[in-house]
Amino acid sequence: MKRVLQGDEDDSSTSSEGPTEPRKKVRQLDDEAPSTWGHLPQEILLHVFQHLPLLDRAYASQVCRSWNEAFHMPELWRCFEFELNQPATSYLKATHPDLIKQIIKRHSNHLQYVSFKVDSSTESAEAACGILSQLVNCSLKTLGLISTARPSFMELPKSHFISALTVVFVNSKSLSSLKIDDTPVDDPSLKVLVANNSDTLKLLKMSSCPHVSPAGILCVADQCHGLRELALNYHLLSDELLLALSSEKHVHLEHLRIDVVSENPGQTQFHTIKKSSWDAMVRHSPKFNLVMYFFLYEDEFGPFFRDEIPVTHLYFGRSVSKDVLGRVGLTCPRLVELVVCANGLRPLDEELIRIAERCQQLSAIGLGECEVSCSAFVEFVKMCGRRLSQLSIMEEVLIPDHKYSLDEIHWEVSKHLGRVWFPDMMPTW
Amino acid sequence: MAPNSIHWFRKGLRLHDNPALREAVRGAATVRCVYFLDPWFAGSSNLGVNRWRFLLQCLEDLDASLRKLNSRLFVIRGHPNTNEWKISRLTFEYDSEPFGKERDAAIKKLATEAGVEVIVKISHTLYDLDRIIELNGGQPPLTYKRFQTLISRMDPPELPVEPLSEAFMGTCITPVSDDHGDKYGVPSLEELGFDTEGLPSAVWPGGETEALTRIERHLERKAWVANFERPRMNANSLLASPTGLSPYLRFGCLSCRLFYFKLTDLYRKVKKNSSPPLSLYGQLLWREFFYTAATNNPRFDKMEGNPICVRIPWDRNPEALAKWAEAKTGFPWIDAIMTQLRQEGWIHHLARHAVACFLTRGDLWISWEEGMKVFEELLLDADWSVNAGSWMWLSCSSFFQQFFHCYCPVGFGRRTDPNGDFIRRYLPVLRGFPAKYIYDPWNAPDSVQAAAKCIVGIHYPRPMVNHAEASRLNIERMKQIYQQLSRYRGLGLLASVPSNGNGNGGMMAYSPGEQQPATTTSASSASHGTGTAGGSVTNGNGSGSILLNFDREDHPGPSGMQQHGYHTASDPGKGMARLYQACSSHEFAVPQHPGRLGHNAGKRERESERETAGDTETHSSHKVQRHSSEVSLKCHRHSQPTPEGQSSV
Repeated sequence: MKRVLQGDEDDSSTSSEGPTEPRKKVRQLDDEAPSTWGHLPQEILLHVFQHLPLLDRAYASQVCRSWNEAFHMPELWRCFEFELNQPATSYLKATHPDLIKQIIKRHSNHLQYVSFKVDSSTESAEAACGILSQLVNCSLKTLGLISTARPSFMELPKSHFISALTVVFVNSKSLSSLKIDDTPVDDPSLKVLVANNSDTLKLLKMSSCPHVSPAGILCVADQCHGLRELALNYHLLSDELLLALSSEKHVHLEHLRIDVVSENPGQTQFHTIKKSSWDAMVRHSPKFNLVMYFFLYEDEFGPFFRDEIPVTHLYFGRSVSKDVLGRVGLTCPRLVELVVCANGLRPLDEELIRIAERCQQLSAIGLGECEVSCSAFVEFVKMCGRRLSQLSIMEEVLIPDHKYSLDEIHWEVSKHLGRVWFPDMMPTW
Repeated sequence: MAPNSIHWFRKGLRLHDNPALREAVRGAATVRCVYFLDPWFAGSSNLGVNRWRFLLQCLEDLDASLRKLNSRLFVIRGHPNTNEWKISRLTFEYDSEPFGKERDAAIKKLATEAGVEVIVKISHTLYDLDRIIELNGGQPPLTYKRFQTLISRMDPPELPVEPLSEAFMGTCITPVSDDHGDKYGVPSLEELGFDTEGLPSAVWPGGETEALTRIERHLERKAWVANFERPRMNANSLLASPTGLSPYLRFGCLSCRLFYFKLTDLYRKVKKNSSPPLSLYGQLLWREFFYTAATNNPRFDKMEGNPICVRIPWDRNPEALAKWAEAKTGFPWIDAIMTQLRQEGWIHHLARHAVACFLTRGDLWISWEEGMKVFEELLLDADWSVNAGSWMWLSCSSFFQQFFHCYCPVGFGRRTDPNGDFIRRYLPVLRGFPAKYIYDPWNAPDSVQAAAKCIVGIHYPRPMVNHAEASRLNIERMKQIYQQLSRYRGLGLLASVPSNGNGNGGMMAYSPGEQQPATTTSASSASHGTGTAGGSVTNGNGSGSILLNFDREDHPGPSGMQQHGYHTASDPGKGMARLYQACSSHEFAVPQHPGRLGHNAGKRERESERETAGDTETHSSHKVQRHSSEVSLKCHRHSQPTPEGQSSV
């Protein structure tokens, strides 16, 4: 227990090393009172072990036979996070290869919740695939492939990645959650997923998977009626998909995340989604959250926010025009959270007021490089009042005017919010 | 017998407001002012030539000023024989930084054993930092708001002391030998091995004399504008200003207390005796804030083992780092700033934000430590504490800010300097581009590039990264990291605090599908039972939000909720009354309540402090909640982890 307090580097990553030499401290304990410590009932040991990070469990396992047995109890191996990093590309330690071997040999049938955290090197992504393809006798409920830096799965040969992934799809049969953002997954592999896990799949996150087509995701939606959460890029979104998700057989959708991304200005043509499809979705799942991330150039917003859209969380990652924000106020009645990273050179005053007026659910707003005059900002806050649980704006974009100086604004805003509020500050350095 | 003194200059390269120097002279027979030069660090590759030049100019200026008092500066290289000096008193300015403290403690011990009296005085910071930490219950404040609250409870800083004068020197003399210049003179850059051929003259000349000229100009300008708010950013503010003071504060050519009181006087004069708001001292307080955060943390400049730093899986990528450092990113805005930094040793603070964000969480996903090292070499005002602290801040590795906003390497510059003159000044190769394309020349049609005599990809690099794509990925990663730290799974906003003091919350909190009882709270287990197992892999259950909620409902568990209700929902009437009180009595309106609340808060603070001191482990999650809600009560925006690790430091 003392180790946790030391804060040294060893405990920074629990799964990073295999069993190594025993700790002296532990051994002393054992020497002092071997009879009591050696005879703890397994249930109690299990309970204790569940509180310990992996590395500590590994040390403890070398104390005596009973503790060693406890170390291998299936309950302790249900969830595991493989950290695959290369010294050349990451500052973090990796899961020790011996430990990986041991898990595959002794515990792969116990694994249920597995994630792979992979750095930006292709080797790491390859290693992840290597492990995946050995998980033949396990039944996973959760699988996450997580790129912690530049996405490296995309650099693998597609066939290689897919054959590894489909091993899990075929063997698991009861996958409930799958996170495969930024990977080369494709339509045929999704078919394998559906064929084996359609009854259990609840959550699928696959933003930025360029090899999947609208037909591929439609097949998932058609057959996985328990799907509650879905994340994908806009080019996979279709009227058919929304109708499939809002069919009678389908459970209520809880969460739909759409990333709207363009690589180069003017290259991508964006289709539109019919209002009737969104209406069907809302009728079917009245409480669902629609989260949209926009990473578009200003002139690419043409097709968006022309009709009413049931978006709840809106994030504009790039500069967005006053015009578009004005349309947001008109077309997003369900809006709960709005984040605008930047807009053009003119203040956002009227647009904010309109959003406050029309978006009655709005409770969180974050403004980055968006100039707003102090009086418009105060007016906005006044209109939203206390339902604004989150209000974040950079101090330097608030423009003082005849009514309020910067010193006064936090006072006014605090008054309307009913709590003390300050603009975000950045260090003057 | 009157003592023979040595005053050891490190920072604090000035004669004004130098209390330790006065102590050296007071009642002494002789005084020698020494500066130890580490020539090993200098020379060879012209690394940090601007900083070395600044330092040497400071030393020359000191020497010149001391000559006027019939004294000299002793610049010491190597190991001189100082036995003949018969030293019996040593004075120096207090150094708050961890390594400085360690070094000074060792020196003090040696000196005392040798029968030398040691006198140390605080003059590099406004306050005694230990007092601030004491006031905060033994932990340095981790949010700027909290810091301001503490400062507002303290007495104003001590007045600066009188400059060293001939009158004060009295009978105290400095024995100077004929070969003083040879033995102890200030060396030139060439002597230190720098190649000075073609070195342009310094944009920032070092020295106390220059600093004192600048502060007068600085105040004149402020008085003339008669506006004490932060000047709005424009194209001009990007350039080095003859009223800029930061390098002078860093080397101690200018006393921060002198600056502080001159600002106060000016404000009173212009605003007719109204008392100045804390924001008047912004620049000085930020510096003080980072000094305070760093003073007990020797790992302050590292991610690993730094209790206040979030562990972020940064990419290790030397090629990309070199492009950034050498102004070859292909983004003119970034490259122009980095060129200015290398040439002149200073860049505007918003320019720092731009390049720091680009290197770390915005685009390249490279560790802030790497950026900090580059600044350390190039930036004249890069104090250890301030440099590391600012980098942690800008990379969202500590101090809890929103991370939703990444500066765009195209748009940010364009808004600041629409015409692009700043770019043309530092990147002459792009001079021919029209304003329309100067921030994104790769989008210029071939004809425009040809007319500008600059083909992107040949004369100027293509952009090294697709900003839209990079910021999409990076926002997602930051979100993932903060969600893990906060263990927050529900819908809506991210929760408050990195949960464990070691700063390694990332791994501990991560529990795909299954609860780890040690780290999972009741609230998260409720929303995250086995029914929708695996939600956490995907940060599931609909957490669409990327706004960090630092001040509200997301402290899971009953205590968090209770505390929360205390300051908002439960009794709005009372809350408002308090708010008015707070706001009217203080312009910066940290909730400094003279009445009951203040007392209660203080008491609870001490309680949580006791917990921190005591059983750190068992109650840690409970304590973190209490602590954070405590802080949120004060700051109403940020929350704060309990840096257990620091108590062992």
